Amino acid sequence: MSRLADKFAQLADQGRKALIPFITAGDPNPDFTVPMLHAMVKAGADIIELGVPFSDPMADGPVIQRASERALAHKMSLRKTLAMAMAFRRTDTTTPLVLMGYLNPIEAMGYADFANAAQRAEIDGVLSVDLPPEESEDCARLLKERGIDPIFLLAPNSGAERIRKMDAIGSGYLYYVSLKGVTGAGHLDTADVAAKLKTIKANTRLPIGIGFGVKDAGTAKTLSALGDGVVIGSALISKIEANLDDLPRAKTEIIELLTAMRSAMDNGERL
Amino acid sequence: MTNHYNMPDGRGHFGPYGGTFVAETLIPPIQELNAAYQQYLSDPGFIAELDADLQHYVGRPSPLYYAERWSRELGGAQIYLKREDLNHTGSHKINNTVGQALLAKRMGKTRIIAETGAGQHGVATATVAARLGLECVVYMGAVDVARQSLNVYRMKLLGATVVAVESGSQTLKDALNEALRDWVTHVDNTFYIIGTVAGPHPYPAMVRDFQAIIGREAKQQCLAATGKLPAALVACVGGGSNAMGLFHPFIDDAAVAMYGVEAAGDGIATGRHSAPLSAGRPGVLHGNRTYLMADDDGEIIATHSISAGLDYPGVGPEHAWLKDTGRAHYVSITDNEALAGFYALTRMEGIIPALESSHAMAYTMKLAPTMRPDQTIIVNLSGRGDKDMQTMAKREGIAL
Repeated sequence: MSRLADKFAQLADQGRKALIPFITAGDPNPDFTVPMLHAMVKAGADIIELGVPFSDPMADGPVIQRASERALAHKMSLRKTLAMAMAFRRTDTTTPLVLMGYLNPIEAMGYADFANAAQRAEIDGVLSVDLPPEESEDCARLLKERGIDPIFLLAPNSGAERIRKMDAIGSGYLYYVSLKGVTGAGHLDTADVAAKLKTIKANTRLPIGIGFGVKDAGTAKTLSALGDGVVIGSALISKIEANLDDLPRAKTEIIELLTAMRSAMDNGERL
Repeated sequence: MTNHYNMPDGRGHFGPYGGTFVAETLIPPIQELNAAYQQYLSDPGFIAELDADLQHYVGRPSPLYYAERWSRELGGAQIYLKREDLNHTGSHKINNTVGQALLAKRMGKTRIIAETGAGQHGVATATVAARLGLECVVYMGAVDVARQSLNVYRMKLLGATVVAVESGSQTLKDALNEALRDWVTHVDNTFYIIGTVAGPHPYPAMVRDFQAIIGREAKQQCLAATGKLPAALVACVGGGSNAMGLFHPFIDDAAVAMYGVEAAGDGIATGRHSAPLSAGRPGVLHGNRTYLMADDDGEIIATHSISAGLDYPGVGPEHAWLKDTGRAHYVSITDNEALAGFYALTRMEGIIPALESSHAMAYTMKLAPTMRPDQTIIVNLSGRGDKDMQTMAKREGIAL
């Protein structure tokens, strides 16, 4: 079994939900990232999504766009992101690590070279925002052959047929984009999410991570109860952005937010 | 004919190019759009309405004008200009926006969005939105807003909201990113009118089909005027919609050479250009696989061109396919050469071309003298230069 499947199975046994933080590799500088990943694990992260900076992040709101810009200003790249993943693995061999980004850096590297490099870096999953199932056959096969889970997005307007398609081609988990919009948007409706999760769960046995509108401990608790985990990105990166002149403080605030979410999610389950 | 050109395939692929590379939220609206497009493409009522609009609102057919004096001056092939500059709003862009707006209306969409570079597509979109009483938001890079302020004013007069995009390089690619973000957020009521033959399937094929009126007319007009097909076609290529519109009806006419002219900016060797077909590599951006200007890491490189409409790091996927198959030739023209083309047409024929179209004029000045007087070149005069008066005056040190 993959690290991701193991992790979700283990959490299910414990009656807990996955806390999945997202940060962009190299934001605000390359030295910040790996220590931050370890600190997030200590604060209760079950899985980490590591963003690969891209010049044209079409599905992201302003917060993650600026994270990419800061990282690219330090000449970050997919290759350097993979190197960070490898560095993280030297001392953490258990926390699943998922790369999330856009397709063109992978195209530039070549699918096979990328899949080999991701395997060497012990990446557990790859989510490319602009690679829907209909175009993903080659890339998904190369990843699966190397034990890496191709992770796909589901949206509020994805119908049952579409969900079954993701179930067939995806593995690890499915990422439910909880609202029509970009990352960090503010118009999340939990009743809509609850209704949609019923349809999703009826059409796939894969775990569901919910993201795109998770801001605080309250939304983390509410949404995690509806699926199998929550992804939090913009809210964490906002802490970096607000403390660019005091990065230790940024790190502390990220840890505090994740700790509060962890606590709210776990208590939520016991109630 | 068994070898009849029939691209793209059912999934929008032109060989390895094209396709549907978008975030999941956009898959359902793209499927909905494709279904509507396929339906109306063969709907006589829709076609009749489109034809009537093209005739009475756009002013088609546009003339095929024999540039007699310029041809004589260059001393080679006979040059004919396809006068898309005479269309309502001043460029070929309206051929497509009229078509997509009719689709939007039939699909019950109430809100139109668009990206624009030079502002020609933005103006053409704001125009059809005003006519149909639809809300209209146009995304435009902040750099382009500054250098094409006349078109910004026109769009506002027409009732559109113009959003200056401050992210990235603040040009056309960033406007496209922002339009995609808008679409993903307002997907239920919004129709995205893409202005060029790029984006996810069905846009490259759909925009081409709406623009192919250029080539269909030109073919008939050329036969009527000269009794034979042209020896060569010349058109500028940014995203490539005016070129694709001219080229497409001639693809099966193997004797007709096709030249797409990219913007070489300060020169290909300087790296400051907008010529992905001449000096780029295949990759994925904005919903399709095509030639891009990107670095070794796949990050998109900032582009440069004197013409905002050509200042884009990608190109329509069908052009990528025509390049690889050798059916069309792609060449490039620098800013300075384009300016020479601009002045030449202005002074020789009394026609002021857009800076985008000036690239095609400049290449024609190189090509025509290498050809025989019994041969014909059709050059797409895709837009008029009124919008560029400020840019040109500034270059000449003249305050308007």
